[in-house]
Amino acid sequence: MYHSLHDAIADAERKGTTLARCALEIESRDQGRPVEEIRAALGRALAVMRHAVAQGVTGDLRSNSGLVGGDAAKLRSGPAGPLAGTVFRDVLMKALAVQEVNAAMGVIVAAPTAGGAGVLPAVLLGLAEQRGIDDEHLIDALATAGLIGAVVAQRASLSGAEGGCQAETGAAAGMAAGAATEMLGGTPAMVGHATALAQQGTLGLVCDPLGGLVELPCVFRNATGAAIALAAVEMAMAGITFAIPADEVIDTMGDIGREMDVRYRETAGGGLAATPTGRRLAKERLVQIKRT
Amino acid sequence: MVSILDIIGPVMVGPSSSHTAGACRLGLIARDLVAGTPETALIELHGSFARTGEGHGTDKAIVGGLLGFRPDDERLRDALGIVEREGLDWRFEKTTLGEEPEVHPNTVRISVKRQHRQHVMLGASLGAGRIRVSQIDGYPVEVDGSHHTIVMVAEDIKGSIARIAGILSDAGVNIATLRLSRKHRGGDAFMVIEVDERPEDAVGAALKGLPWVRWTHRIDKVGG
Repeated sequence: MYHSLHDAIADAERKGTTLARCALEIESRDQGRPVEEIRAALGRALAVMRHAVAQGVTGDLRSNSGLVGGDAAKLRSGPAGPLAGTVFRDVLMKALAVQEVNAAMGVIVAAPTAGGAGVLPAVLLGLAEQRGIDDEHLIDALATAGLIGAVVAQRASLSGAEGGCQAETGAAAGMAAGAATEMLGGTPAMVGHATALAQQGTLGLVCDPLGGLVELPCVFRNATGAAIALAAVEMAMAGITFAIPADEVIDTMGDIGREMDVRYRETAGGGLAATPTGRRLAKERLVQIKRT
Repeated sequence: MVSILDIIGPVMVGPSSSHTAGACRLGLIARDLVAGTPETALIELHGSFARTGEGHGTDKAIVGGLLGFRPDDERLRDALGIVEREGLDWRFEKTTLGEEPEVHPNTVRISVKRQHRQHVMLGASLGAGRIRVSQIDGYPVEVDGSHHTIVMVAEDIKGSIARIAGILSDAGVNIATLRLSRKHRGGDAFMVIEVDERPEDAVGAALKGLPWVRWTHRIDKVGG
């Protein structure tokens, strides 16, 4: 797979095609599998994403610890806010839904990771439903997201333990922003700007889950990550460019991750996990998990 | 090689791709080293695995892998209950296996025993469900579970690789990568052969039939 978005964008521009098509061709060559087989696998991932959204919005799920659950349902039928009736609210609801399913040990697609699994389905399915975009274009969008994620994996990291939350929901926001931009008709260069705009907004984000559980703040980080992705799509589609290329923003994320103290890398030693309330809740809930 | 299907995937039981899905895959590889559910397993967790593993279900996931459950198997949720009925005697310990960056923060050492087979492996979960086994029985290796893999220990004799390649070729199995390591010249050689097709049991039998092969196992693909 491509090692830089710069190369991928140049390739797509030279061939006059999409990043999705370039990604599928390279994947086919790398893995020795026909493009149709890869599309079918992405189609299965899409079905799991849809199922997780549907399961999550019912509001019936609770995590083992009971720390999270039921909030996606509040966005579905709770009181109206300033975004009521907009795709924005729908995307927030879907992001919470998938992540609540994940916290309850339900089946999700780790894209790129389980902790950041809500962002991509929320943004892509939310926008596709609003615009009436078909599954073939959604599968293309997943290929583009996979390409962006592969670049992040090679240049930086996709692990909260290595790079903090910027490597999980941050990378997911970059992937979702780029993929959605292409799905809505943006050029390969616009995809690069959307990715950079989303990823810059999450630089430095720490991974600080209470008790080490992928629950709090993870569920809400997926919703805010999706919001950042939507903001990046809106800006990129309007023709706004970001002066630092996406590859360099991604490299920066990797550098910051390597410098990040271990307390902020999934160890529950710092950040919200180390607040008085965070410590108290974690202690109470871990005792509860051991009892169940 | 990073695949877009590793990034948009795996389909898995939550809550953590590194601490649940990756951990499960490491358990599956340890299971293959003894060709079935081990009788005993010592699971030593390092770094983030040790500090936050319980909340992420890392314990359930590794034990589930040892039982042969894959990362999308909903039985993982209940693996610690199931394991008691399967007769696997397992034990977790928290340990320090070295310093970063030489040792990845999500590293585990798994020692397994079944009948006459006894092995120890060191592996890490790299994020997004990707894994890397870096040591088997003290030999440095690199197994990522993205291919079917044959691991073997053989006497370090001339022509051994040609013979092995011949057996694989006759069975229609194509070699993707081959790595050889040894602790010292003339000592036993450790071979890791990644292949494109899953080798039949007869291939393992043919390899074991070579007088200078001490042992060989097939590790099934767990990802990609």
